[in-house]
Amino acid sequence: MKQLMTGNEAIARGLYEAGVSFASAYPGTPSTEILENVAKYNDISSEWAPNEKVAMEAAIGASIGGVRSFAAMKMVGLNVATDPLFTFAYLAINGGFVFVSADDPGMHSSQNEQDNRNYAKFAKIAMLEPADSQEAKDMVAEAYKISETYGTPVMLRMTTRVDHSKSLVELGERVPFKAVPYVKQRDKMDPVPAISKVRRYVVEEREQKLKEYSEQTPLNFEEMHDTKIGIITSGVSYNYCKEVFGDEASYLKLGFTYPLPMNKIRAFAGKVDTLYVVEELDPFMEEQIQRAGISCHGKDVIPNIDELNPNIIAESILHKGQEGVTVSDDLFVPRPPALCAGCPHRGFFYELAKRKDTVMVGDIGCYALGGAEPLNAKDMALCMGSAFSVGHGLVRAFSDSGQQKRVVAVMGDSTFFHTGINALTEVSYNKSNTICVILDNRITGMTGHQENPGTGYTIKGEPTTLIDVERVVHALGIRNVRTVDPNNLADMKATLDWAYSIEKEPVVIITKWPCVLKKYSHEDAEEFNLDKTPCIIDEEKCIGCKKCLTTGCPALRFNLKDKKSEIVESDCVGCKVCMQVCPVKAISRKGYKS
Amino acid sequence: MSDVKSVLLVGVGGQGTILASKILTMGLIENGYDVKMSEVHGMSQRGGSVSTQVRFGKKVYSPIIGEGTADLLVSFEEMEAARYAKYLKKDGKIVVNTYRIPSMPILSGSRTYPEHIIESLSREVPTMSLDATKIATDLGNPKSANVVLLGALIKAIGMTDIDWKAIIAKAVKPKFVEVNQKAFDAGFAAV
Repeated sequence: MKQLMTGNEAIARGLYEAGVSFASAYPGTPSTEILENVAKYNDISSEWAPNEKVAMEAAIGASIGGVRSFAAMKMVGLNVATDPLFTFAYLAINGGFVFVSADDPGMHSSQNEQDNRNYAKFAKIAMLEPADSQEAKDMVAEAYKISETYGTPVMLRMTTRVDHSKSLVELGERVPFKAVPYVKQRDKMDPVPAISKVRRYVVEEREQKLKEYSEQTPLNFEEMHDTKIGIITSGVSYNYCKEVFGDEASYLKLGFTYPLPMNKIRAFAGKVDTLYVVEELDPFMEEQIQRAGISCHGKDVIPNIDELNPNIIAESILHKGQEGVTVSDDLFVPRPPALCAGCPHRGFFYELAKRKDTVMVGDIGCYALGGAEPLNAKDMALCMGSAFSVGHGLVRAFSDSGQQKRVVAVMGDSTFFHTGINALTEVSYNKSNTICVILDNRITGMTGHQENPGTGYTIKGEPTTLIDVERVVHALGIRNVRTVDPNNLADMKATLDWAYSIEKEPVVIITKWPCVLKKYSHEDAEEFNLDKTPCIIDEEKCIGCKKCLTTGCPALRFNLKDKKSEIVESDCVGCKVCMQVCPVKAISRKGYKS
Repeated sequence: MSDVKSVLLVGVGGQGTILASKILTMGLIENGYDVKMSEVHGMSQRGGSVSTQVRFGKKVYSPIIGEGTADLLVSFEEMEAARYAKYLKKDGKIVVNTYRIPSMPILSGSRTYPEHIIESLSREVPTMSLDATKIATDLGNPKSANVVLLGALIKAIGMTDIDWKAIIAKAVKPKFVEVNQKAFDAGFAAV
């Protein structure tokens, strides 16, 4: 029986069937659901790691220990994990080692659009690119064979549309993998220069062997039809091309895309009149094909920005546009994502936005939304865990150049554990006065509620050591630390006043309240008052000043007819932020005496 | 490839387009169709505009569609129907829930909710509107608005030879089967 699965579910199933024993990841869209689904198989030890580098290192350790192991990450996560990857590419493989890089063409949920296929070439490792869920599952098993046969880490390169699209998958049984007993072999495993110099040649020989594999593997196949147009393509682009051209073009579909099968490509090029390379983002294949002296079209017609779709390919190659329905732009208003009703970040941003001469550095997470209207509480952001260190650099620049600004840097609890601890170490060690804020909502929020080292639970929901944010901050030598309930605006304001008053030392504020969408643990229930009785507005008292709307809460709206604010009761969770903002006390909790 | 149909379900993060598309795809698969489905995850889910694409036929290649290629647009919110109308073929159709969820620029008072959306859409393509949220609320479960819309969807696309109520019975928890089957019928009857 075939099952409809996302690419991410199919990867998890593939890992199960391939006899994989260990899998680790840090959440990141579009890769997150891979580990969430792996965790459903009891035969695989699955773990959330604090960051992608650690996930990859743990998986490498498991591979060296002799079992099949796996790591998953989004494309920017691989930037964090390349340090272990590039050197592991020199070492020997015991149990097979495969990892997923989930790229996000079109930046649906990412801060840049990097094409991680370049990493396979850069690290000189094998790469596979599935086009749909069935291929994703099947390629996992093949990837482990390649890893063990050729002694290479294997990158499975996915993209958002492969990760998150569902298609039918034929399931198989788990084939247990017999662990390779550990034997010390320092000459292959200890990359001191003398050994690495030898291994460097091994890497080069391996690449030659992988080229031969690429020529003969059925993952790279021809589909000959009409030969006026020939298309070399990989990943989801193959399906877009099939949609557009059907049998009116011939295809060389590449599933194994590093190293490329240049002989196969040359032979295919000889059979067609005009050759196109259709790939999303960088001209990764095209440049290599051109360099081999094979002439083709590629990025001269296909855009290198944003994801592709069948329309773009039809327009680029056939100059055929799609005539659709047109309606006036006046019929809809933008709908940007917003902090949820009751989001504990709201109270913090509301108070922070009032501060003058402040530069606000954000980070990666839901709090990225604090920069939007009407809160407007952010100047910039960069990458995971960077807010405090970028903030410190700003502090240095401002003090060295005489600019009177205070820097407030903000990240979440999971981001703090990811790489924020290093950044706070920088702030502490280098005597910064950056005001560092950790928005501790007791969960990894944006990616859909994954446990992290601060929650006290593992990916399987088992209790584990809860690493307390405040104690970590103290241990890093920060003397000025306060934890505050961000929904209490008076406390929030007083805490910010206190932080601004400390001019010569680092300050850390921890806002602590669980994410409103979180499934609360019993510790949450004990520590916080999680009463979700909604707030209501007394129409008689409301003066229509719209002050409550400046909190940006999606449960509030303004009734243009009555000129009064309204609360959508079913959306309100009673965080009371609007209640504290209202100048005439028109808002109260339903059923509570005001 | 002419037999492949494309349905675009759109709404606001948290409206439950997922269950409707799950039931739809289950029914299609059981009846031998090849199916591909694509949806958005992550940041845009936080109260933003969301879309799910379901494509079915003898053999489906692309999981996604570009503008001007959807056969049916099902909008769980009124203004979203206008936002995504450009994805429809010239001879496409719209099913739209007249329930309104103001977006942040409207909530903060800088814009107003657009008027005459249904009339404007109706001038372009056949547009079937219903207040699915009210219908579901009257049936006793506001959350089943998504299945009300599924009923309207099935009528619009004409896939009536499939036993959808049996599919619903398999797709939802036993205690929600009856309310969802009623919701389906009410949606089917409403357009």
